[in-house]
Amino acid sequence: MNGFLAILLKEFAHIRRERMTIFFTFVVPALQLTIFGYAIDVTIDHIPLVVLDLDGSQQSRGLVEAMVNTRAFTVSQRVQDLDSLRRALSSGRAKAGVVIPVEYSERLLRGEQAQVQVLIDGSDSQVATTALNTVGLLATQLSIRRGQAMAEVTQQAPARDPEGRPAQPIDLRPRLLYNPDLESSHFFVPGLIGIILQLVLLFLTSFSIVRERELGTLEQLFVTPVSRAGLLFGKLLPYAIMAFGEMLIVLVLMVAVFGVRIQGSMLLLAALSALFIVTALGLGLLISTIAKTQLQAIQIAFLIMMPSVLLSGFMFPRAEMPTPIYWIGAVLPVTYFIEILRGIILRNADAIDLVPHVAGLAACCVVILTLSLSRFRKQLA
Amino acid sequence: MNANGRITMSDAPVSRVIRAEGLTRRFGAVVAVQGVTFEVSRAAIFGLLGPNGSGKSTLIRMLCGVLRPSEGTGSVLGVDIRRDPEAVKRRIGYMSQKFSLYADLSVIENLRFYGRVYGLNAARQRQREEAVQALTGVGEFIDRPAGALSGGWKQRLALACALIHEPEVLFLDEPTAGIDPVARRDLWDLLFALSHQGVTMFVTTHYMDEAERCTDVGYIYLARLIALGRPDDLKASRDVTPAGTRRFEITCAHPTDALARARATPGVRDATLFGNTVHVLADARILPEALLADLAPGEVAASIRPIAPTLEDVFVILSRAQSLRTL
Repeated sequence: MNGFLAILLKEFAHIRRERMTIFFTFVVPALQLTIFGYAIDVTIDHIPLVVLDLDGSQQSRGLVEAMVNTRAFTVSQRVQDLDSLRRALSSGRAKAGVVIPVEYSERLLRGEQAQVQVLIDGSDSQVATTALNTVGLLATQLSIRRGQAMAEVTQQAPARDPEGRPAQPIDLRPRLLYNPDLESSHFFVPGLIGIILQLVLLFLTSFSIVRERELGTLEQLFVTPVSRAGLLFGKLLPYAIMAFGEMLIVLVLMVAVFGVRIQGSMLLLAALSALFIVTALGLGLLISTIAKTQLQAIQIAFLIMMPSVLLSGFMFPRAEMPTPIYWIGAVLPVTYFIEILRGIILRNADAIDLVPHVAGLAACCVVILTLSLSRFRKQLA
Repeated sequence: MNANGRITMSDAPVSRVIRAEGLTRRFGAVVAVQGVTFEVSRAAIFGLLGPNGSGKSTLIRMLCGVLRPSEGTGSVLGVDIRRDPEAVKRRIGYMSQKFSLYADLSVIENLRFYGRVYGLNAARQRQREEAVQALTGVGEFIDRPAGALSGGWKQRLALACALIHEPEVLFLDEPTAGIDPVARRDLWDLLFALSHQGVTMFVTTHYMDEAERCTDVGYIYLARLIALGRPDDLKASRDVTPAGTRRFEITCAHPTDALARARATPGVRDATLFGNTVHVLADARILPEALLADLAPGEVAASIRPIAPTLEDVFVILSRAQSLRTL
């Protein structure tokens, strides 16, 4: 560990001088978490709806009201003819349109099937799916309600509840665990911690080494008796410490701003975060052994960050990805760390629950460290 | 990483401080240094000259233990550069052509950093800080960021850092590139002072006047060391001034015309422009007066005088001979 202390103190002196490093480590992640945490919201509601009510009855108004009550739709416009409805959709002012025919209430009264057309803009598949599901569910519910009313009158019901009222024959009772309010921030924010941590660590460590190579100071260090271990630990330890501090800040924000409580063990979280930090430092070191300039380091870091965001299960569930894409996610350490974060923070998962993910992260750590340490030599070219 | 930090070798004085034997380094198919052999004795100032890309930096890096030789051996202070490069590093100082200190750290922080890297204890650190400040004068800017110093002062600081552990050998890779003439002369004065203290120096340079100041010079051309010796011995070499030839300097009004004529004159072996004079190597049988009349016809003010070759003459002649040999 020859020269370890010298390098460590020097590195802290650089960090103290370079305000951007401190800003990048502590302020930017906090901002990112706040902004992304609020912005990434996959629950879709208040889809603008254009209404063409040709019936104009109490029944038809009740239907529109029922649609609005689902919270999936808001009436953005009421029109008098089909052309205006089409216009509202094609201009994008409305994402869905409902056409209630002239005889809607009369048909219901006569006991005939009443058809209501719902036009949905399919260009945004997520919005369209939500609209489609909501409409389908609403139709079923309204129909059941009419059926129940009918059963009251005829005294014949397919099933009755304990109080003797007509009821659905099968009662499925879903109960939401871990995130009962379905807040998407609860899903995204823990994952975001992993992404931000990796982002900062990759850039800081690879930069701190590549910059010395560019400036020629690394060559100067190679000519001194500083040992490889002293050089590596001296350069990486300050960033490991900073990453841990950053992690704490981000966790506090998560609890304070997003109200996501940490359900599981803090100790386990800290231990596994340390494992991830070491892995990410290794990845940064690996970049620095490949990149000759800071520009190249940025490019390689982005090459790693892109799949880390898209394929790690942070944004989209990995189970639904095609097999080759699924396996790309499997070689990224952040994939396992995101599972660990969500497990401990949301589901109170313990070490036994997390065994597969811890094993995956540990394997990534060993491979990355072996690779980067064997590539980092105290020699030129 | 030797635990005790000492070098396990006899402390008998090594008069040959630097030795290279057939040192060769290849980068893929490119041969950067080819079979270089030389020795440098204690307290000498060895100047290595050669055009850009001739292999000077590669050679210096091999001797400093940061680049493994492809072939050949070498030793510094009796330590094999191949077998124990880390032991070499403890006893040498290195100053690269590029400013390679930490620009954001102050002068004193840079000195302290290198002191710690070499494992100096607090008392020794203070003593050495004072010594290198006294030598280089950087104490004047002790709290200034290294990046804010002028070119000459940056080089002085780099020298101070390279000397903080009192190395016995100092490697300087083009230390005077890009600094002003006054700073250049000051730096050379420092090198002479160090040489008097017994420090052995290995300097690469582009400047012929710097080469003249060295106790020994080598000239590396197309990866090969083609000249080696004391400047005076090289100038007196028969390769440079063959038997039966003499060297003249001709001063005239139209030196370019004179050069063209010289090259067409039988008995003239070589002719080169030197400022507004022409240096000519001619057979001894040619009389100076006749030569002058041939080269500057009708010029009354023209003159001719016998001269000794400069180091530049030496290197020009030897590199031409080398080019012919490799063609």
